[in-house]
Amino acid sequence: MSDPTRMDRRVAIKWMLSAVGSVALLNGDALAQAPVSAGGAGYGVDPKLLTSYKPGDLWRLTMSASQRRTAAVLCDVIIPAEGGTPSASALHVHDFLNEWISAPYPAHQRDRTVIIDGLAWMDAESVRRFGKPFHKIAMQQRHSICDDICYEPKANPEFKTAAAFFRRYRDLTAGGFYTTPAGMKDIGYVGNVALPAFNGPPKEVKALLGVGESNP
Amino acid sequence: AYVAAMDGAKVLMLEAGRNYDPVRETPMFQVHSQAPLRAAGTPDKPLGFYDSTVGGGWDLPGEPFTNASTDPKRAFTWWRARMLGGRTNHWGRISLRNGPYDFKPWSRDGLGIDWPIGYDDLAPYYDKVEMLVGIFGSNEGMENTPNSSPGVLLPPPHARAGELLAQQRAATLGIPVIPIHRAVLTRRQDADTIPARLHPGNLKAQRILAKAMRERGACFWATECGRGCSIRANYQSPTVHLPPALATGNLDIITGAMVREILVDESGKATGVSYVDTATGSERTVHARVIMLAASAAESVRILLNSKSSRFPNGLANSSGLVGKNLMDTVGAGLGGQIPLLENLPLHNEDGAGGDHVYMPWWLYKEQHAGKLDFPRGYHIEFTTGRHMPSLGTAAGLEKLTGGSYGKAFKADARRYYGSKLSFAGRGEMIPNDECFTEIDPTVKDKWGIPVLRFHWKWSEHELRQVAHQQKTFAEIIDAMGGKADKPAADPSNAIRAGGNVKHEVGGAIMGNDPNKSVTNAFAQTWEVKNLFLTDGAPFCSNADKNPTLTIMALAWRATEYALEEMRRGNV
Repeated sequence: MSDPTRMDRRVAIKWMLSAVGSVALLNGDALAQAPVSAGGAGYGVDPKLLTSYKPGDLWRLTMSASQRRTAAVLCDVIIPAEGGTPSASALHVHDFLNEWISAPYPAHQRDRTVIIDGLAWMDAESVRRFGKPFHKIAMQQRHSICDDICYEPKANPEFKTAAAFFRRYRDLTAGGFYTTPAGMKDIGYVGNVALPAFNGPPKEVKALLGVGESNP
Repeated sequence: AYVAAMDGAKVLMLEAGRNYDPVRETPMFQVHSQAPLRAAGTPDKPLGFYDSTVGGGWDLPGEPFTNASTDPKRAFTWWRARMLGGRTNHWGRISLRNGPYDFKPWSRDGLGIDWPIGYDDLAPYYDKVEMLVGIFGSNEGMENTPNSSPGVLLPPPHARAGELLAQQRAATLGIPVIPIHRAVLTRRQDADTIPARLHPGNLKAQRILAKAMRERGACFWATECGRGCSIRANYQSPTVHLPPALATGNLDIITGAMVREILVDESGKATGVSYVDTATGSERTVHARVIMLAASAAESVRILLNSKSSRFPNGLANSSGLVGKNLMDTVGAGLGGQIPLLENLPLHNEDGAGGDHVYMPWWLYKEQHAGKLDFPRGYHIEFTTGRHMPSLGTAAGLEKLTGGSYGKAFKADARRYYGSKLSFAGRGEMIPNDECFTEIDPTVKDKWGIPVLRFHWKWSEHELRQVAHQQKTFAEIIDAMGGKADKPAADPSNAIRAGGNVKHEVGGAIMGNDPNKSVTNAFAQTWEVKNLFLTDGAPFCSNADKNPTLTIMALAWRATEYALEEMRRGNV
């Protein structure tokens, strides 16, 4: 099984070449921003818990404009608008991702590398296949790239690293989306409201499970 | 502090952390998208942004501790909660009594250390604590899983869907699933009768407690207990113990008081405490007739060992050399799985009382005693099911189930699998051993110049074999539920959580009947310093699978009653 944190030399060289090849078309923006570290302090051990926070309130956001654009498009490939539910980018999930990779904590800095490199790869691969960056290609073309990287165990060797990026990106996008009020509704969370009593599962649920009355 | 203040004694409480008021400060209904990083844990807030712990965590700025070994499997991790109420703010609120076997482990199987007291000595205090703080649960009359006295417990909440399924399927394996006991008010306390039962003959205390009880709301079946509770429906000391104690006028609290050492006079009596005022860094001294140390087991050990004088060159109350020894934690390991039967269930609210409603008590006492198991002590099982408020990880890691879906298919998958995963956590007994102890680090000091603790840790075969049994059992339960378990660790040393990681560290200054083999007597009074008592987990002689908080509170009540009586008699 492949280890997502390791990249064999052949894949690494391909990755670098494809990224370098894209520089001209991307005005160098994605790569130029990549080494910037967020740095600074976190929110400390006693932050204000009642405040509502937005990305950027606590530390500087570090994605470039073009990274942010690619991030938003990829968010929506993963979670598109559907029925009455807005897409991930309409709920600013890409801004959450920007907050995440800009956070001054070690795990977030590790994700920063994965995601900045991954976004650059998406654009480079898009340019390689279709001559245009990811945000300018058609949805069907986006899917043709994502289909190659959406499931790590089945990804071809040259796509393993991109697939590891996509796995992490999907997890964070889903996390960013399903924690919003609209996302919570979409997934089916109906709690966080005060109730006069807790009556356990409804009869139809118990019937589906084939279980009897609860203990008390 | 509660027992003494209600009895009329003047009490000064020193708290290393800041003042904390759950009524004003608890983020009750905030959703994760209002928090930085979707409220996921960080080194600053390891249990998540909305965890009630403020000024605490594993690594506190300027307040290090050290490990003697560099081997990660021998590391001890030490949780500190520097705030008024300490760990009672974030704890899981699981409140299980130790049973009769748990006080006499050596007599039962020749391992570990017997307590100088038995279950019957502590039972009345368990009743008192349960009535005061409010514990829901039921009396099942199971082996070594004691009943409470009639009328003490509040009714348990209904089980959730996944809990009912586990109950039905675990029964086929002979594993009981019964209502858990947790410190949450499932209905309001009986303020008309409980105060008189707790404080007979003390009308002032009864009046104050009745008022305090009426100010607590019952659980409204929403919001996580670990955030704290602004309606005071769960137990945390700043909303339950402290308000009535303060209302007596007998309790003063100084926060930001980091204790350096206990002061003694020529006769060996404790005279007071020196502390650092953390706001100014200045040294202060306070004096008292009796000192109760309840800083958490390891921190109390640290204070004792740092209280060196010509009379007590090895630290206070340490002529036995046992201060810091017999340090224990809970054996913890988990395993998760996915249950197809729980997919796509009709939507309903499963928030409930914020934590588990049921659990599996240790069920193999007889088999174990008959030598049929390859490990000597048991564990109970906690498990979490249901559709809880989505967090960053709720729809993560699904690709093995979904084949890597994205787009509309992923959204359908997220709905389908939401709430169908569950995880089991074993909480088992560790037997004290010679390789688990703490001492003062010879060189490292904290930012106040106070020498820090150095930990030594090594799990024994007893714990590792228990974890192997846990992993096997969890996989069997998940299988019986028709689910697919995650892959258990082949080596239990990779599954067991690090020492201290369950945050149930106890021991370090055990009680006993022999001053050469213990630090305190059966009332948590140190043998060497008669006016010094240890009222946290330090005097524990064993660490049963039952979560320690309830027992700490019962022991503290008993010790305080004894101290007050000794004061009346003029003995201290």
